[in-house]
Amino acid sequence: MSPRVVFPNKLLPYLLLAPQVAITLVFFYWPASQALYQSVLREDPFGLNSAFVGLANFRRVLSQPSYIDSVQTTAIFSVATALLAMVVALLLAVMVDKIIKGRGFYRTLMIWPYAVAPAIAGMLWLFMFNPTMGTFAYMLRSAGYSWDPLLNGPQAMTLVIAAAAWKQISYNFLFFVAGLQAIPKTLIEAAAIDGAGETKRFWTIIFPLLAPTTFFLLVINTTYAFFDTFGIIHAVTGGGPGKATETLVYKVYNDGFVNLNFGDSAAQSVILMVIVIALTAFQFRYVERKVHYG
Amino acid sequence: MKTQGFAAGLAATFTILSTSAAFAVTEISWWHAMTGANNEVVETLSREFNESQSDYKVTPVFKGTYPETLNAGIAAFRASQAPHIIQVFDVGTGVMMAAEGAVKPVAEVLSMGGAEFDKSQYLPGIVAYYSKPDGTMLSFPYNSSSPILYYNKDAFEKAGLDAGNPPKTWPEVFEAAKKIKQSGAAQCGLTSTWLTWIGLENFTAWNNLQYGTHENGLASTDVELTFNTEPFVRHFQNLADLAKDDTFRYGGRTSEAKQLFLSGECAIMTESSGGLGDVIKSGLNYGLGQLPYYDDLEGAPQNTIPGGASLWVFAGKSDDEYKAVAAFFEFLSQTNIQQRLHEVSGYLPVTLAAYEATKASGFYDENPGREIPIRQMMGKEPTANSKGVRLVNLPQVRDIQNEEFEKMLAGDQTAQQALDNAVARGNAAIQQAIGN
Repeated sequence: MSPRVVFPNKLLPYLLLAPQVAITLVFFYWPASQALYQSVLREDPFGLNSAFVGLANFRRVLSQPSYIDSVQTTAIFSVATALLAMVVALLLAVMVDKIIKGRGFYRTLMIWPYAVAPAIAGMLWLFMFNPTMGTFAYMLRSAGYSWDPLLNGPQAMTLVIAAAAWKQISYNFLFFVAGLQAIPKTLIEAAAIDGAGETKRFWTIIFPLLAPTTFFLLVINTTYAFFDTFGIIHAVTGGGPGKATETLVYKVYNDGFVNLNFGDSAAQSVILMVIVIALTAFQFRYVERKVHYG
Repeated sequence: MKTQGFAAGLAATFTILSTSAAFAVTEISWWHAMTGANNEVVETLSREFNESQSDYKVTPVFKGTYPETLNAGIAAFRASQAPHIIQVFDVGTGVMMAAEGAVKPVAEVLSMGGAEFDKSQYLPGIVAYYSKPDGTMLSFPYNSSSPILYYNKDAFEKAGLDAGNPPKTWPEVFEAAKKIKQSGAAQCGLTSTWLTWIGLENFTAWNNLQYGTHENGLASTDVELTFNTEPFVRHFQNLADLAKDDTFRYGGRTSEAKQLFLSGECAIMTESSGGLGDVIKSGLNYGLGQLPYYDDLEGAPQNTIPGGASLWVFAGKSDDEYKAVAAFFEFLSQTNIQQRLHEVSGYLPVTLAAYEATKASGFYDENPGREIPIRQMMGKEPTANSKGVRLVNLPQVRDIQNEEFEKMLAGDQTAQQALDNAVARGNAAIQQAIGN
């Protein structure tokens, strides 16, 4: 047991905790409880009439075929975004690690996109690939490829995944670079002397030692893909074509703020809350066990 | 909450009592969604109104896009912080109408201001759209527009078409589009903004067809959608067929397709008359025509229905505040103001007097295309099919329609399937929205 540091004053620790607790109460517990309350109500948009309906909203939401489709869309989108963002970031981090000259310069450039707000990132990609005004869309079409994410669902999905992953690469890159720096050079040099090639060194030494970083990023990227990508989807596809890019979060927004169906929307956000709590718990409980913390 | 409201009311009473009557200026707020040049119009009008008298002061507040403004208004009402006037887009009309108790009919507000409200002075098509089934006008039409045909004269000449004579019917439009595509005069022949508003809601009125039961929702909220009949299927199958070889190109759910026309990629476009400003700015050699119709349908062309937005007044304000709102609306209805609004912004004038004054000024002789949207709307007495479309959840139903159209244009389903699905899903959504 390590010695515990104890405050002599009984009140002080609570005082120090208070601001954080207050923020959590106001920005998490209060809205979350409102969502719970709304999810068992049925109300007109203006709140003139409301009635308690129990779990009817949940039953209706879960029986909608479009909700199941949205779950599927979210799964595809999240897995692809997290994977793409992490693989590319890892590749870039390993590359930058090898550069001797101008490493800081490259690193700074790589980190920049993280400062871009999701909605702006979405607009950037939209400007490049929108079939009506995008430069790249024009080039793709001139090259004979029928690029039309306005009507082609898989193409639209590819576009939002690329935009969402692009935005997250910087963040992942930063952590991978830090992770790589923490790996003792002696291990890698020893392996090199023993005749291990570059690929072998990566898979047997670097990658396993990066596992804690990778795990951490997996959690962060999954929650990112679930929640923070709303702005990108809103700007690039608006959930379309059809419902091809309508993720769960987007559906919450759409049902609540476009369709003004607050009960269904609240029920969906409660379900989403449960999913994310479960997902995070699962990741920490099972995946973390297998992670090697050097 | 109750005691708080009482306390606030008491405080407000004291404030009012303590300021002497001579200085009592009643302030009212106006939430709107106008950007760019249209925002300037809003600011100018408010300033002119404030300078024209000393009893009332209107403060315009920009609240984002149309849906954002509506949501802000709803949220504010729920928090008892509603503005006095809110600009709500055409699609939100049904939402607002269903909220009896949250809104105060404009007809009532105007009569509170002591002014005799004379409906006959307003453009009939517009008044009908913003009135209750019993004829009470609920909101004040601010910016109204109507879909028309735009075409690229250069592309028409290249394709050997008559640039002085735009196609009038849909079959003629399709023929022209094919010729343009085949001759290489443009990459695509035809495009359209707002497939829901132009392709369904105005298509319904213009061709005198039924969109849904109960006068397309104007007579009752319990509507059953019926837009999957033969003429609709025929029209959308035509578009789907043309989309296969890019003769018709889809631009997006709202007004994105305008870019396709402005860039010269598509030679013909159906778009709101409100889009004229951008077309003029682009320097394109354009021509204007009536919205196309099917000449084999009985009664077509009938009349188009207004799009755009109107001003709604929230309930629960004081008499003085309503008097201020009434004074502001009176100010907006003045002939010279309406005439200027119409000529500067491209919106339709709201009063007949403003229309006549614009006509007399020779504006239409100089700008012949500008009268088309008004003539389309006023040409005939509206029928049960052509007064407009009103659903308590029209935004949601439009979303459903867009989704089905996108699947159809991608070649995943036929027009019949798309419209059948849209009707079935739309009916389910309406039943849920009205609480059945």
